[in-house]
Amino acid sequence: MIGRRSFLITTLMSFGFAFLYIPILSLIVYSFNESRLVTVWAGFSTKWYAELFQNEQLLNAAKLSLEVAAINATGAVILGTLAGFALSRFRRFRGRTLMTGMTSAPLVMPEVITGLSMLLLFVAMEQAFGWPAGRGVTTITIAHITFSMAYVTVVIQSRLASLDVSLEEAAMDLGARPWKVFMVITLPIIFPAILAGWLLAFTLSWDDLVITSFVSGPGSSTLPIVIFSKVRLGVSPDINALATIMVGIVAIGVVATGLYLQHQERRRERDVQAALANHG
Amino acid sequence: MRPVVAGRWAVISLPYLWLLLFFLVPFVIVFKISLSDIRLGMPPYQPMLQWVEAQMVSIQINLGNYAFLFEDPLYRNAYLHSLSTAAVSTFLCLLIGYPMAYGIARTDKSWRNLLLMLVMLPFWTSFLLRVYAWIGILKNNGLINNLLMGMGLIDQPIVMLQTDFAVYIGIVYSYLPFMVLPLYATLEKQDITLLEAAADLGCHPVRAFLAITLPLSMPGVVAGSLLVFIPAVGEFVIPALLGGPDTLMIGKVLWNEFFQNRDWPVASAVAIAMLLLLVVPIMLFQLAQGRQAGGHP
Repeated sequence: MIGRRSFLITTLMSFGFAFLYIPILSLIVYSFNESRLVTVWAGFSTKWYAELFQNEQLLNAAKLSLEVAAINATGAVILGTLAGFALSRFRRFRGRTLMTGMTSAPLVMPEVITGLSMLLLFVAMEQAFGWPAGRGVTTITIAHITFSMAYVTVVIQSRLASLDVSLEEAAMDLGARPWKVFMVITLPIIFPAILAGWLLAFTLSWDDLVITSFVSGPGSSTLPIVIFSKVRLGVSPDINALATIMVGIVAIGVVATGLYLQHQERRRERDVQAALANHG
Repeated sequence: MRPVVAGRWAVISLPYLWLLLFFLVPFVIVFKISLSDIRLGMPPYQPMLQWVEAQMVSIQINLGNYAFLFEDPLYRNAYLHSLSTAAVSTFLCLLIGYPMAYGIARTDKSWRNLLLMLVMLPFWTSFLLRVYAWIGILKNNGLINNLLMGMGLIDQPIVMLQTDFAVYIGIVYSYLPFMVLPLYATLEKQDITLLEAAADLGCHPVRAFLAITLPLSMPGVVAGSLLVFIPAVGEFVIPALLGGPDTLMIGKVLWNEFFQNRDWPVASAVAIAMLLLLVVPIMLFQLAQGRQAGGHP
């Protein structure tokens, strides 16, 4: 019996997964409901999808969110990779403790605090140097990069921690410059982690309501802001349709990335084994 | 060696300066504004430093906002209620998350990644929409009440939406992956031979669990609980959508203070007081993170 799951654990586990998925399934099912009353089934219909694609406000907000999320993810990956690299490869530098703190605190910091503090910074900066003038896409992007780079740092740091340093050392011994070592050895190996970090940062930005609400200005309503103002008034079937589309895209994306990463991992293991076999 | 030193300096300083400017400095500003007075205009607070004459600077510090937080029972109740809501939700999260993490860690290796992916998948879909899904489930003519009434178990709908219960459900649901993943990480690493030895010596599985598995998984329990508890204290979206108008949570109070009353100084004071409440758990979390990240040679 040891090492196998007992009946009790299997039951509890299934309960947990049901808890995770029933709400999502209910969103999907009711998005195809004819009736406006979301919880009364009145026959199959795709009319809410048609309505969704005619909603200018939602479409514009989605476009803005995509833009911010893509720029944010790229910025967060650059800064997060640098931070993760610095923390895991440079054991000692002045202010290392502070840097560790600043990269892990955003992971748990309540969003209302982060949002308020970022806004007050932007207002103070505008008063002092006249930049950023007003609030909009720029301030949203800066705020998103700041909190999502912490997540990227964690992902990169844990990947680098499990990476064999001897590969990098060997390249150095053979006379490669640090920059070249990073580009030729480290970067290709941690690429899956960088990709995962990019997707994570993208999702965090795409999804953020609270911090964005503080630092956005008139005319810069992202998708979550529009959704929230609609949802506050109660359930509406076109939001269910929107949720279904988003769940579909994410499911495909996550499965594809998962398969890709698994493939990479297998190839890496094969390469390592082949390399060891050649030496032996 | 010159370019190497320069490169190292650049790698460290770029993210460092970014975080200093956009993460640390803002807290100093929040603190400063929490000590100032509200005024009409933009920005809606009095500057702390004012040039009175050519060389004289007058510093105005106003502790009134903090005194206000102490005097008005609204804030005290909101803080207490946030802490208790976060604690209850964290405990429920642990109750649901532990068997899941344990079950996944004891599943065949080939299935483990799939199950982990299933835990992560909801996290990648919109948080806002997942909270919204519960409105349709919990409301008076929602899924659960329709089901129970259809089966004839109840005649009157049970009021669930706009209660503390709904807020607990929302928090547990949204933060469950953050509980399961660290728990799984510690449970997966555990040496199964310890349990085999215990069984060989005649130890009952339940006792073996309490004596071996649970204590060894404590780092995961602590990390998961902090990942749920700290953000839950300041949660805004969940109480705003699932809680009632009288659900007092400090995140909601701060939001209203800022967006409705436009009282930036009091909102700042609320934020600083919340940070002070959370300083100990955040330090614990940093310690756990540092230990985990520093675990390589």
